[in-house]
Amino acid sequence: MSTSTDERPATSELEPTRGQRFTGWAANYVDERTSISGLVKELGRKIFPDHWSFMLGEVALYSFIVILLSGTFMTFFFQASMVPVLYDGSYVPLKGIEMSAAMASTLDLSFDIRGGLLMRQVHHWAALLFVASIGLHMLRIFFTGAFRKPREINWVIGFLLFILAMAEGFTGYSLPDDLLSGNGLRIIDGLVKGIPIIGTWISYLLFGGEFPGEDVVGRFYVLHILLLPAILVAALGVHMLLLVINKHTQFAVPGRTNDNVVGVPIMPVFAAKAGGFFFIIFGVIVLIASLFQINPIWTYGPYDPSPVSAGTQPDWYIGFADGALRLVPPGWELELGPFTLSLNVFIPVVVLGLFIVVVAIYPFIEAWITGDKREHHIADRPRNAPTRTAIGAAGVSFYAVMWAAASSDLIATHFKLSIENVTHVIQALLILGPIIAYIVTKRVCLALQKKDREIALHGYESGRIVRLPGGEYIEVHEQLDEYERWKLVSYEDYKPLMLRPNAKGRITAGERLRARASNWFFEDRIAPVTRTDIEKPGHGEH
Amino acid sequence: MRNGTKDSMANKPKTSARRDRGRRHPLATVALIMVGLIGTGGAYALFTTSATAETSAAADAQLDDGAKLFAANCATCHGMALQGTTQAPSLIGVGAAAVDFQVGTGRMPLAATGPQAEEKPVQFTEEQVAALAAYVASKGPGPAIPSEEYLQGDGNAAEGAELFRINCAMCHNVAGAGGALTEGKFAPPLGDVTAVHAYEAMITGPQNMPVFNDANISPEDKANIITYLKYLDETPSVGGYGLGDLGPVSEGLFIWIFGLGAIVGITIWLTAKSN
Repeated sequence: MSTSTDERPATSELEPTRGQRFTGWAANYVDERTSISGLVKELGRKIFPDHWSFMLGEVALYSFIVILLSGTFMTFFFQASMVPVLYDGSYVPLKGIEMSAAMASTLDLSFDIRGGLLMRQVHHWAALLFVASIGLHMLRIFFTGAFRKPREINWVIGFLLFILAMAEGFTGYSLPDDLLSGNGLRIIDGLVKGIPIIGTWISYLLFGGEFPGEDVVGRFYVLHILLLPAILVAALGVHMLLLVINKHTQFAVPGRTNDNVVGVPIMPVFAAKAGGFFFIIFGVIVLIASLFQINPIWTYGPYDPSPVSAGTQPDWYIGFADGALRLVPPGWELELGPFTLSLNVFIPVVVLGLFIVVVAIYPFIEAWITGDKREHHIADRPRNAPTRTAIGAAGVSFYAVMWAAASSDLIATHFKLSIENVTHVIQALLILGPIIAYIVTKRVCLALQKKDREIALHGYESGRIVRLPGGEYIEVHEQLDEYERWKLVSYEDYKPLMLRPNAKGRITAGERLRARASNWFFEDRIAPVTRTDIEKPGHGEH
Repeated sequence: MRNGTKDSMANKPKTSARRDRGRRHPLATVALIMVGLIGTGGAYALFTTSATAETSAAADAQLDDGAKLFAANCATCHGMALQGTTQAPSLIGVGAAAVDFQVGTGRMPLAATGPQAEEKPVQFTEEQVAALAAYVASKGPGPAIPSEEYLQGDGNAAEGAELFRINCAMCHNVAGAGGALTEGKFAPPLGDVTAVHAYEAMITGPQNMPVFNDANISPEDKANIITYLKYLDETPSVGGYGLGDLGPVSEGLFIWIFGLGAIVGITIWLTAKSN
């Protein structure tokens, strides 16, 4: 950038070419009528740090664009209707079979419309990638503490986007009205009906009568292509706006502070990079879609409530809910007079509900525990927040165990195990896994912090042994330079909050809980190395 | 047809001419027919007797072979008189189809006790399997090896597919990729199962499989199912590589490991500082 400013006087002396004059005129024309230059000035100077993990949200955005494009193509051919028709397309093993118009039109899209199958596969693979990249993006935000003030609201909006993406995925998965999606829908119907008192009413409202009815595909279609995308795009807009207002976080290196952002501006460098990146993502998705089959509805056949195939699973992002249901031990039912309370369905729903609510409000929980009201623009290295990282690892293992449970039958057949044993082991892991993950992660973080501290104080072992004139042997340690050391020593040092009386001179139960939580958060900690530590004699000498 | 009619047209006047002249005895035709009938009947009797003698000799030899093979390989568990022991069920009345399936796919003789007999390389030649099947069938009537007409794979694939989804897919998966049962048992993948073994499995219900007798699913419908299985086997997967036909689990693993893996690799490459 600086070089281009140096050259500017030289170029301005030249007569502008015809092209330059046209660009100038056009830009002026637009600006005089829209005052867009203010916006461009603001947005154009938005800085993006250049760490790979900061591009995951972009991956989600670009796969969403791919989804919109391919989805629009399919709306031209898909019929969201459950009217029964006799299939008469090209796929022989379904010829003459009765199915809904939705299924028949999806088959036509797959076999008889040029490019239709590719578009279907692009849409579905992009959807899987969309949700996966949102998940990974959220993990990055969580483990670097980028959800702290002032970004808590954006975390919640991002979380909402994740839920919307899953809802989009599930409604889309149900549209073709094939056997697999029908079975998935039946499970959702069961989940809804498991809610005491209102469950059956909600189910009848959703399906327009007894499952499966003749309405659900039409209703899901409206949700899938109109309502949910509209909310999603709006939330996405707010998400991006807050991203610009809050600015990006960055990792601590010399020259990067809590008060600046170092990176490349949108205009022109980042815009060019991002444009290229979009086409790379698009290319990867199309490559996958053209080489690998996804959701072969022609094999599943039309939906019929009686057959259920072995190995019936939802798409990966709903897997954790399916797994939670599979892990419920037998006999969890309660009979209250004439009513049966299906705890085997209701409890997993409640547990999952609590889990996602905790995820959604985690920034507020942590802010309350730490009592930290400052703004944070420096991303934490995960090891420097051991308790948070351990909580994250516990949450990830809780999710992953439920996720694995959704494929318990495939684990059993492919590893030649008994499905009962697989289920029992996963049940135990659901409880033990998060505990083990919590303890191990916390210890690993503390150990890494100790290692960092050791290196900051004493430098690296050089492997060079020197014999002193007095006969003593010492190993020479190589000192870090200031830049390297900065990365190791610059992080926040929190201490447990003291239990203090509030303004009225009373110690409330809330304060007590907070002190205990704060103690749990920060009692095991490695203080960052200070300048005095380094300069103290005996350090950094041998 | 055309030639035939021409000939008969041409012959008609001749025969009428003969009758008019009356050169033969009226009973000559009858006698001639008698001679012809006795001749063919005798010859037929002669040839068929000798044929039966040959087949029965061959069948006896086959039964002998079967008995010997059975005594050497099966009797330890199933008993010398096929009566069954505490280790294995009786084989009286299981029929040739059961033997052809179990031995012909290598499931029997059992390699080791376990949740269920697993497929392994076949231990006997086709003749030996046939001998064992004939021997077991001779000890009690049971389902026979299906006739070729049902094994051609020329039935109605659409009806077969529907029957497959209703009757088979809950264990074998809609794409025939197999599935888990209780206690380590499983429904095997159907990709490489021959038509005759698939038919035999339906009529005999090996391992944990239920029996689908002819009242349940007619032989024609079994042929339709086999047609569908053959279609699945022979038609290349539409839309690219099928990832094992395991549905959303393999798709999810693929997008996380290879899809997102590739994209993270690209992000690292894009943000890498040039050396």
